[in-house]
Amino acid sequence: MNETNSNSMSYDVEKIRSDFPVLNQQVHGKPLVYLDNAATSQKPQAVIDSLVNYYTNDNANIHRGVHTLSERATLSYENARKTVQVFLNASSEKEIVFTRGATEAINLVANGVAEYISAGDEILITAMEHHSNIVPWQMLCEKTGAVLKVAPIDQHGELRLEEFEALISKKTKFAALSHMSNALGTINPIKSLINLLHLNGVPVLIDGAQAIPHIPVDVQALGCEFYVFSGHKLYAPTGIGALYGQLEQLEKMVPYQGGGDMISMVTFDKTVYSKVPYKFEAGTPNIAGTIGLGAAIDYINQVGIEAIAAHENSLLAHAVEQSKSIKKLRIIGTAKNKGAILSFVLDGIHPHDIGTMMDHQGIAVRAGHHCAMPVMDFFGVPATARASFAMYNTHEEVDALMAGIENLIEMFG
Amino acid sequence: MLDDLRDLYQEVIFDHNRNPRNFRVMDDADRQIDGFNPLCGDRLTLFIKVNDGKIIDASFQGQGCAISTASASLMTDIIKGQSEEEAQELFELFHKMATGEPVEMDDLGKLAVLAGVCEYPARVKCATLPWHTLDALLKGSEEPVTTE
Repeated sequence: MNETNSNSMSYDVEKIRSDFPVLNQQVHGKPLVYLDNAATSQKPQAVIDSLVNYYTNDNANIHRGVHTLSERATLSYENARKTVQVFLNASSEKEIVFTRGATEAINLVANGVAEYISAGDEILITAMEHHSNIVPWQMLCEKTGAVLKVAPIDQHGELRLEEFEALISKKTKFAALSHMSNALGTINPIKSLINLLHLNGVPVLIDGAQAIPHIPVDVQALGCEFYVFSGHKLYAPTGIGALYGQLEQLEKMVPYQGGGDMISMVTFDKTVYSKVPYKFEAGTPNIAGTIGLGAAIDYINQVGIEAIAAHENSLLAHAVEQSKSIKKLRIIGTAKNKGAILSFVLDGIHPHDIGTMMDHQGIAVRAGHHCAMPVMDFFGVPATARASFAMYNTHEEVDALMAGIENLIEMFG
Repeated sequence: MLDDLRDLYQEVIFDHNRNPRNFRVMDDADRQIDGFNPLCGDRLTLFIKVNDGKIIDASFQGQGCAISTASASLMTDIIKGQSEEEAQELFELFHKMATGEPVEMDDLGKLAVLAGVCEYPARVKCATLPWHTLDALLKGSEEPVTTE
């Protein structure tokens, strides 16, 4: 537990925990230990309050009313866009498009770039992608006749850089890469991957769904054309996420959906689309969710993303160290640079049994393929159990996780 | 700590999980079919040999959790020697039990050890996957079965 001390002076985890009302409960008679943060994170009171406040005081449709409530709602909605812009260090708020989540953002881009993809072109992804960064590209390939290329990973769950580089050619027209793997925790060296792709003129989308709550992101420093994330993994509500796209990229893309709010003029002969980002935001958006996303980012900024990352890394280090004494436990994903995800299997015990048995001890872990079936196939396992850490988890909870694993191994006999 | 889980994880289930019965590929099977739970990745292949409307042999292969492995193990044991109609009726009965509908436990024999699963909605499909696979096989389907 020594590694906690360096952070505990400045990082008040108990204060943070008190901001998350859901954590204060018992499950099956045991204190809840919530370690399924990579699936979705819990919400601080500030986020919950922002939703309540919006619906209590300001609810109205945006961008069209001249009345006071509509002006307030529009202002809050657009303020959230500024908050996201600053959080990602995008150069303009026009580069932030609100979506339902990372999945919709990837589909939006795949739909947009389809215009300049032809048969025989290649799209490059990696073997550690979440299904949401595989399937939209497969659909694009099916539609255009392009070919999906998959850069392999090694036994640690790290990208094989030489093979990645070898897959880039004149045929490569787009690349979509995970910043951090949800199943393995691997953090990819995306800055150098982006540079490598740009040397070959290949635009890049970074899937930041898993990275965004753990890693400071500066899209201008990265230089990627697109960066996507989901709010709900970032302590914000479900059903809201964002796409960052460089202005010139967004401007040349066709709209994803047609409807209200994305037009500047409609006649039955012709429609003129709105400007970026509105041309990608058809229909009444998730206004409350967007405001909640802004509130979540404000909350993270108060704690400090770097302090959060340091705390989570210390939890992971503690978990890895403790897990060494459990002989039956094998960690899946041992990259040198990884985020706070401990994916593991127990010899002779299926992850689903682990999931149920942990739940009975009040410990929420994920069991399954984590929407990354190709990763499971690569490691030759049907599924893994996964504990994933967030800003409010404690070293005592890591100890509870390990004790829980020991208990279920004993029960299995 | 985990004693209250004993209604789900009875010793018989651990036994069948450690030493599944009829866990083999049947090269001379009359019929075989794959079952798949896409949510969790559990998969099995079920084999049967039928003579004169009677199931004379049954076996399975695949990977799954303790609940689904034990369920497949118990199922292949119990249907051996049954007519196809009897096995079909047992499927209906098992399905009712697993989803919490009232059934006469005596009719289920050894399968009653899986009755606890109805209290665990996330695990019902683990227990019923082998049975849904059998149901499809008896109905003459050749398409893989999924529980979704």
